[in-house]
This record gives sequence, C-alpha cells and structure tokens, in this order.
Amino acid sequence: MKREAPQSIADYGPLFFPAGMLLVFFVVPFGTMIVVSFFQRQQGGFYTPAFVFSNYERFLSVFFGGVLGFSLMLAVTVAICCVVLALPFTYLLSKLPRRLQVIWLVALLSVLSLSEVIIGFAWSTLFSRTAGITNILVQLGLMKQAVALSPSFGAVLTGMVYQALPYTVLVLYPALVRLDPTLMEAARTLGSSPVRAFFNVLVPALRNTIMATLIMVFIFALGSYLLPQILGRPQHWTLSVLITDQAIYQSNMPFAAAMAVFLVLVTLGLVALTLLIGRKGEKA
Amino acid sequence: MMTALRRFYFLVIGLFLALPLIVVAGVSVNAKQTLAFPPQGFSLAWYGEIFLNPEWRSALVASVILATTSAALAVLIALPLAWFLWRRIAPWANIFQVLGIAPFTLPPVITALGLLTFWATTGFYGQPWTAVIGHAIFFVTLPLVTLSLGFSSIDRSFVEAAATMGASDRTIFRTVILPLILPYLVSGYAFAFVLSLNEYIVAYMTVGFTLETLPIKIFNALRYGYTPTMASVTILFVATAAVIFSLVAKFGDLPKLLGAMATDDK
Repeated sequence: MKREAPQSIADYGPLFFPAGMLLVFFVVPFGTMIVVSFFQRQQGGFYTPAFVFSNYERFLSVFFGGVLGFSLMLAVTVAICCVVLALPFTYLLSKLPRRLQVIWLVALLSVLSLSEVIIGFAWSTLFSRTAGITNILVQLGLMKQAVALSPSFGAVLTGMVYQALPYTVLVLYPALVRLDPTLMEAARTLGSSPVRAFFNVLVPALRNTIMATLIMVFIFALGSYLLPQILGRPQHWTLSVLITDQAIYQSNMPFAAAMAVFLVLVTLGLVALTLLIGRKGEKA
Repeated sequence: MMTALRRFYFLVIGLFLALPLIVVAGVSVNAKQTLAFPPQGFSLAWYGEIFLNPEWRSALVASVILATTSAALAVLIALPLAWFLWRRIAPWANIFQVLGIAPFTLPPVITALGLLTFWATTGFYGQPWTAVIGHAIFFVTLPLVTLSLGFSSIDRSFVEAAATMGASDRTIFRTVILPLILPYLVSGYAFAFVLSLNEYIVAYMTVGFTLETLPIKIFNALRYGYTPTMASVTILFVATAAVIFSLVAKFGDLPKLLGAMATDDK
C-alpha cells in the first residue's frame, strides 16, 4: 500500500477522534489559560473577564525576579551536573554487552518513572537525622552524631539530579549508541589514552548533542515541583511551586496563568534553540 | 586499570540510584512506627497496611483505575493518529503529532494549570473522570511515539501484497498491521500506565480535593508526619515499574524503543 493523499472525507475518518481530543482537551485549555491570564482578579478567589496586564506587571517585583532567577539557576545547575555525570556513564553503557544494557535501561526507566513525591520522600529519609546517611558515618566513626541534611539547597539539588539523571542518560543514549566506533579506535591507534580520547575526540564530536541535552534537561528540571517543597525551604521554591501555590492556595488564577504563560514562552524559546542546534548539527 | 575505573564508575552511579531505595526498603520493614535505619526489628505489616487500611486501599484502587483507563484512552487517541500519519500523505496533519508531543515536553505544571482553568470554566472541576482525560492527554506522547516507530518499521510490501489479493483497508488493518504493531502498542500502554500511576501534579490540580490517588495520598501523609506505609508503597511502586519494564524488555526491543524515543522527543 503506497502512501496516498486522502481522497474523500471518509479517508480523514481516523483523524477525527485524536484531533478532536487534542483540540478540545489540550488546545482549548491552553487557550483558556492564556485568556485567564489577562483577567481581573476579584477578592475571594473569583475572577472577571477583562483585559488587563496587571498580572504580568507583577513579574517586575523584586520577589518574582528572585524566584525566577533562582528557578533558572537551579535548573541550569541540575542540567550541568546531570550531563557531566551522564555523558561518561552513557558512553560506557553503550559499550556494554546488550543483555547488561537492557538491565541498566530497565533500572533507569524504573527510577525515571518514580513519582516526585516518592523521590522526595526517599531522599528526605536518606537526609533525615534518624534514618539518614549520617548514621552510617557515625557508625564508621567519621562523625560524632547524626544530623539532618535537609531541608537545604544541597538536598534540593541532589533530589533533582537524582530525578533528572535517568532522563539525561536516556536522551544521550541513542546518540552514543549510533556514534561511529571508528572515531575512538582511530584516536586510540594514534596513541591517545582512553580518557584523553574521550575528551578530545568524543566530546567535540558530540558538541551539538551535548548542547541539546543540556537544554532538554534544563526544561525537565524547570518542571520539578514537589522536590523543592519537600527537600527545601521556602526560599528554594521554584516558579512551578509558585504557580501551583497561586492557583490552589491563594486562589489567584489570573496571576498563576500569567506565570504559566511566561514559563511556556521560556520553554518554547529553548525548544526552538534546541531545534536550531539540531539543524546545524545535521549540516555539519 | 581502565576496567577497574569503569567498574567503579558504574558502581558509583548504581549506588546513587539505588541508595535512597535501599534506605526506604529498610525503613519499610521496621517493626514499630518509627523512621529508623537500619531497621529495628522486622515486619511486613506495613505492606499489608496498603491493602488492609481502607484509606490506603482506596488510594491504591483509585490510582490503578486511573492508570488503566487513562493509558487505554491515550492508546485510543494515539493509534488512529499514528496510523493516519503513516497511511496518508497529509503534511498539515503533522500538527497533531506536535500537539500530541507538546504536553509531555512542556513543564507539567502548564498542562495541569491549563486543565484546571478549563474544568473550572466548564463547571466540571473535581469530577473524577476529568483526571482520566487529563492523564490521557498528558501521556498520549508515549504511545504516539512507540506506535509511530512501530508503523515506520512495517514493510509496506506486506500491506501491498494483502491489498493486491483484495483485502480491504479494514481487513488489512486487523490481519496484517495490528499483529505487527502489537508490541509497540503494548509498550506504549505500559509506559503510559506506569507514569500515570506515579503522576502527581495533573491529578492534584484537577481532582486533588475529590479523588486521592496514591501519590497524592503519600504527599498528604508526608505533610502530617510519617508513617512507614509510605515506605512500603514506594517499594511497591518501584517493584511494579521494574516488573513492567522488564516485561517490555523481554517481549519487545527496549534499546530500539528508547533509541527512537529520544530522537522523536525533540
């Protein structure tokens, strides 16, 4: 059967249900959110149709600037940590026998699918005073007494790296599996050590992949919502937390919607950048 | 020397991934209701609690129903779309592919807030079935990507042979295409199922006050203190995910599935 253009309305039949669902339950809600972001908020949790920019003007406050700055900084840090850890790991993984690769992939997928609630709970246990890692250090005689390591910035960062690391590996995996093995072989034949070959041959060859991965992990980390709440203090709250807080607890839907629209714009800008890098990579 | 270094690196990453789960597993078998590691005493009572305590059981039931139905709906949306895109030349229809991938690519809070404003505006806010639609839309990306991959791996000459012998589109779909893409359909369903089971924010923002799924239940319990049942539920979830993904790996081609996933993700 060759691919052919649809001849009649009936040929479009299969498209009706999926298109309808996506339009009604994704495009329309998205549009509703944009519209609400221009609405006027009323006291008591309601909002009235209007066309005001006051929800966007609130972005200009010092508080909002602080949260935004912190969210971006946190996501960048997570992205860099993850790529630095995942790149050598994924390279080594792609060289393993197939059976071992599959076992690792199952483990990575299992961790990746874990709810943020569960990751937060697991790390808060690990960082707690009564059941945490410091107890092991005490038993080894390295510390005098057990301490609580969370809430703290380090705890938030660790939790988020934990959450994003499997994602990073799975994003890098296809590129590394398809990588031409002769590249490294050539470097080794010419007398380069494996570590030097990794940094001088592999990393430059994957420059575009690495940039695209950094951006994708950055977007992934921007979405993290529960970990800053469970493992951090209020000053570690991110834009995602603030959006939910405004929508659910402060009942300020227009402001929450405005922040969400802003977050979409940041994300879309970055996705466009990823695609641009990808295209450049193809040309090269 | 290099082999030792490589082993060490695998060990470090493995330990980093496993350590929180090891501690939680230890905590989950504490004899008393204390948060202690290494565990004091040994008891599997906290695993029984998930099924015996009415609150935890109803959360478990809610989560399983939500995941089963929403993953099915996601597949129902993805299958005809993927089939259409493979069968027909209609470039503008690719927009729906983009729409199917968008919810998963954007930060989840955006899909969640969009659905919240939508359900609040239409007056259905808080109805349990809205969560099924929410999750189906949020996770439609997964079956869409696996099915697109499945279709692209079908040899079109099979289909042409069937058509030459006089089979109708419908017969071809049932007898030729469906068996060939079944593994991709099942793995797409499995991915959506596991992720729906673990999803928090979309469920919380759309039905958080009327329906308590397991992740919502864990978070609420976490806010009011600690109970070892959280630990046993966590281990149950990890085990479920590991079993399902192992099955996907056994009956499908996991490296291939993942290889395609990341390229299409962009």
